[in-house]
Amino acid sequence: MLRIGGGIRTFHFVGIAAFVFVLIFGLWLVVTANEWVKPIFLPGPIDVWNRLSELAASGDLAKDILISCYRIAIGFSLATLLAVPIGVMIGAYRAWEAAVEPLTDFVRYMPVVAFVPLTILWAGTDDIQKFLIIWIGTFFQQVLLVMDNTKRVPLDVVDIGRTLGMKDRSILARIIFPAAAPGIWDSMRISLGWAWTWVVLAELVAATSGLGYRITTAQRFFQTDTIIGYILVLGTLGLITDQVMKFLGRRMFRYAESRR
Amino acid sequence: MSAAKLQIRGLTKVFETRREEVLALDNVDLDIADNEFVTLVGTSGCGKSTMLSIVAGLQQETSGDVYVDGEPVRGPGRDRGVVFQAYTLFPWLTARKNIEFALRGEEMTGAERTSKANELLALVGLEKFADAHPNELSGGMQQRVAIARALSYKPQILLMDEPFGALDALTRQLMQELLTEVWEQHKLTVLFVTHDVEEAVYISDRVIVMTNRPGRIKTEVKVDLPRPRRYEMVGSPEFGALYSEVLESIREESLEIEQLGSTL
Ligand SMILES: Nc1ncnc2c1ncn2[C@@H]1O[C@H](COP(=O)(O)OP(=O)(O)O)[C@@H](O)[C@H]1O
Ligand SMILES: [Mg+2]
Repeated sequence: MLRIGGGIRTFHFVGIAAFVFVLIFGLWLVVTANEWVKPIFLPGPIDVWNRLSELAASGDLAKDILISCYRIAIGFSLATLLAVPIGVMIGAYRAWEAAVEPLTDFVRYMPVVAFVPLTILWAGTDDIQKFLIIWIGTFFQQVLLVMDNTKRVPLDVVDIGRTLGMKDRSILARIIFPAAAPGIWDSMRISLGWAWTWVVLAELVAATSGLGYRITTAQRFFQTDTIIGYILVLGTLGLITDQVMKFLGRRMFRYAESRR
Repeated sequence: MSAAKLQIRGLTKVFETRREEVLALDNVDLDIADNEFVTLVGTSGCGKSTMLSIVAGLQQETSGDVYVDGEPVRGPGRDRGVVFQAYTLFPWLTARKNIEFALRGEEMTGAERTSKANELLALVGLEKFADAHPNELSGGMQQRVAIARALSYKPQILLMDEPFGALDALTRQLMQELLTEVWEQHKLTVLFVTHDVEEAVYISDRVIVMTNRPGRIKTEVKVDLPRPRRYEMVGSPEFGALYSEVLESIREESLEIEQLGSTL
């Protein structure tokens, strides 16, 4: 079991993973039950659970989740709809790559956080500003990922299209895009994870609703239980979206798994 | 015999890399008759793939000309089908759909396309795998579908670049038999590349041996073994003599590379 690259049964893997979770949870329980740390800094799991239940019962939790999800859906879709065609184009044509890639690479290294004041100046503090932050945070990364996915399509497969007498546009749409699609889907799954970070960031700084906004107000009133509860909720939501994307990807691209 | 199906005249290819100019093909002349099966053999890097690729219209020659039926080749076209060593089936399509994909250019109804695809799958013995995706097929099966796909739209010339190069020895042998059978039934002009001498002699009408880079034609060996070919022939003295002749010719080139290496 403890050998580099050595195999392990799924049963054992899940067991070890579950054990670590239980261990940390137990530690949290013990530390807080004995009040080794003041509850205002670290409330116990029961307190956090009770607070989340209250927020759920009042409908606040659902409202916060919904509004944040809505912002991600719009911001992420706008980024994806633009990034996929652009990424495919610059992956397929060197001239397009020269025009777009260096610029994108440059923008990518500008910290998204630094754009927050600018986006507030431009768009105020309503939803548009949230879309903008999510868009800036994901679009440029997506373009480069999709370019990479496109470049991985073997040249021989493209050449087959050419020997079949296909025109460039047709090769792009009927060969390069479908060949790159499983990889593109995976890139979208990864960038969706980042989108969660950006929506919370935008809501922390300037918002009147959403999960991030609730965390900021909680901080103002020293409601540490709300903060920790919401962080756990965010982690769970991120995990769920990731698993849903993985599941859909496996269903759509079953042919891309190597079986032999 | 009438004019050759495929004519290669003074074909020269120079690759310009950042550091140097590589002369890959140097003034190659070659004629291939209608329905002839010709194989190129030579050491690795001697320009076989480059030559095939230029004939396919996928690469531009530096100078020289390629003619099909007397018409100069300008870019790729459906008169020439190609099979590569790498697996090039479209992974998102089933075996049958891969063949139907190639038939999109033809004036056919959907049903005609499907029945044509089925017919070709049967030809390569894969009718049972029509609905399988490439990831469910072995390497040999994938190459059989690739051959079926290349034959489906009835190109005049079939270009094959080490199509069995990635397969294990036994599968390879079966594939050679299959290809020979298919070709003997449905004659067409084939330009085949391999570095396996036994394969070359077994399947060809004529074997062309190339020199080391820059690639030129060194010798050609006419294979006058009877058709249909049977695998038992591999053991015959006639086969042995042809095999030795081709091997000896390539060995000289390989030795030259080794000696150059030791004097560096
Ligand atoms: N795109 C390229 N750029 C530079 N050199 C190349 C390129 N393609 C092939 N070559 C060189 O041309 C020579 C012939 O290559 P190739 O036709 O692939 O040989 P073979 O198929 O006989 O092994 C080799 O020396 C190879 O390094
Ligand atoms: Mg080669």
